[in-house]
Amino acid sequence: MARKISNRRRVIMSVIAWALAFVIFFPILWTIILSFKTEGNAIKAPWDVLTSSWTFDSYHVVQERSNYFRHFMNSVVISFGSTLLALVIAIPSAWAMAFVPGKRTKDVLMWMLSTKMMPAVGVLVPIYLMFRDWGLLDTRTGLVIVLCLMNLPIVIWMLFTYFKEIPKDILEAARMDGATLGGEILYVLTPMAVPGIASTLLLNVILAWNEAFWTLNLTAAKAAPLTAFIAAYSSPEGLFYAKLSAASTLAIAPILILGWFSQKQLVRGLTFGAVK
Amino acid sequence: MGQITLKGVRKAFGDVEVIPPLDLEINDGEFVVFVGPSGCGKSTLLRLIAGLEDVSGGEIEINGQPSAELPPAKRGLAMVFQSYALYPHMSVRKNIAFPLKMAKLDQAAAKEKVDNAARILNLTDYLDRRPGQLSGGQRQRVAIGRAIVREPAAFLFDEPLSNLDAALRVNMRLEISELHQKLKTTMVYVTHDQVEAMTMADKIVVLQAGRIEQVGSPLELYRTPRNKFVAGFIGSPKMNFIEGDEAAKYGADSIGIRPEHIEVSTTEGAWKGTVGVSEHLGSDTFLHVDTEYGLINVRGGGEIGLHAGDTVFLTPDLSQLHKFDAQGQAI
Ligand SMILES: Nc1ncnc2c1ncn2[C@@H]1O[C@H](COP(=O)(O)OP(=O)(O)O)[C@@H](O)[C@H]1O
Ligand SMILES: [Mg+2]
Repeated sequence: MARKISNRRRVIMSVIAWALAFVIFFPILWTIILSFKTEGNAIKAPWDVLTSSWTFDSYHVVQERSNYFRHFMNSVVISFGSTLLALVIAIPSAWAMAFVPGKRTKDVLMWMLSTKMMPAVGVLVPIYLMFRDWGLLDTRTGLVIVLCLMNLPIVIWMLFTYFKEIPKDILEAARMDGATLGGEILYVLTPMAVPGIASTLLLNVILAWNEAFWTLNLTAAKAAPLTAFIAAYSSPEGLFYAKLSAASTLAIAPILILGWFSQKQLVRGLTFGAVK
Repeated sequence: MGQITLKGVRKAFGDVEVIPPLDLEINDGEFVVFVGPSGCGKSTLLRLIAGLEDVSGGEIEINGQPSAELPPAKRGLAMVFQSYALYPHMSVRKNIAFPLKMAKLDQAAAKEKVDNAARILNLTDYLDRRPGQLSGGQRQRVAIGRAIVREPAAFLFDEPLSNLDAALRVNMRLEISELHQKLKTTMVYVTHDQVEAMTMADKIVVLQAGRIEQVGSPLELYRTPRNKFVAGFIGSPKMNFIEGDEAAKYGADSIGIRPEHIEVSTTEGAWKGTVGVSEHLGSDTFLHVDTEYGLINVRGGGEIGLHAGDTVFLTPDLSQLHKFDAQGQAI
């Protein structure tokens, strides 16, 4: 029998849920509000901030001082490029681990995950030096490679989880039907895993978009994405709150919009496998 | 041509030997059923023939050709899986056409074959649906259709009916038998259901723990089971077994008698007992009779007027009595 939930309980739950959502969203909301204030008003007490007048000044300044579009394009290239490259590597790997596991498959998976627990700064120096010697510093190619490597464990893990859910019989049927290994992956596995691959792609684009450690350390000007664009507005002195907020709003807007329109896919992806 | 020969075929998963060395001959055009309890290695044996698993020893020859180096698709065998294993993202037409697409057959020829298979299997009206929109029986037919278009040397079926409800199962059983008569292609069929084995097979292979217990036609197995396992497995309801002194009277360690080979009388007979449960099916009545040798099942006529608590006497038909030695082998 379906569980009955009283109306009062439903109302209380809704209020709590909305309150929590508001708390979580508040920093972003505040950033957006500040971006429409003058520098002087932005540092006033919260209530005074809200009641002060609204302005586009910060956006004008940000627009004049730096090239938003170039940073935006860098972000797009780096986040999508690194994710697509990771998918190309991860699909066959996850296929192998899900469908022809060996004795050490579990260990390999754990090892890959463990690399995510290492602080990135631990390998900054060697990677920086390698990038310098190979001429990859401040290039999109370099960032695509490094972000691909950073997110590869997560991509492989996610795909592995999806692939595990695909019945082995169907792949064997394809093999009986004369599909080569490539055909099996291309015509049967991939189309069946499209929802999973799509959520993996989305999540990793978002992760790569927001990635700030490597993007800030390995770029200067040419390849700098939106994270560097934001960072340029933080300074130890002077009034920069409103301009920083405007830059942040501009930087997160594209990914917020992408996330908004794909939230169903994302939620499905993140909870996949929890309920069969 | 679809002749399959297994010579000393062995399969181990790690240290566990699932199939000890085994020899078997499957002739062209034969309907062979592998039957045995769950976990006895039927599927594994079928998958070895299909090439989905590699043998750990021995040789499988298909039409006289050693198959060890042949990948599944090159063996000319088609398999129908228990789970149907249809491609959920493709229409029925695309599912059936998939093997032809992989074989790079041209579109017109492929279409003709698909339409033909669909006609044989009554799927013509469903060609544009997805597998998810079909009933269990229809899905099963799509799986068979996908096998038919390849015109294989032999069909391999792994418990194809076990996901269907009882009524549909009887129908599909008939359809597969008819298909065999029409195509005259070798079929290897795996099931744990001895009724399916008895009704469909030309030749039954009874397996237990990866070992072949007996090979023979359904009636051979019914009449002359080689050991107690086969005797108990083939036939429904099961054969009754009696051990001890009563068996010794017949010069055996244990004796077996089928429910249909026992005479029931209310006045006199060899074994006295009391009727427990009686199941009236109309055509037959199954009596569960409590005797000093244990519970004995008896099949009586449909109009038999016996009920729980009645005292009855049972007399086995001596010409149908099976005798076994201490090892369970038939004497
Ligand atoms: N891939 C595998 N790895 C290890 N053991 C297996 C594997 N496949 C089957 N087995 C074992 O082999 C035995 C026979 O299995 P199977 O052929 O599926 O039996 P059946 O089809 O007769 O029910 C079972 O004990 C099963 O646990
Ligand atoms: Mg099985």
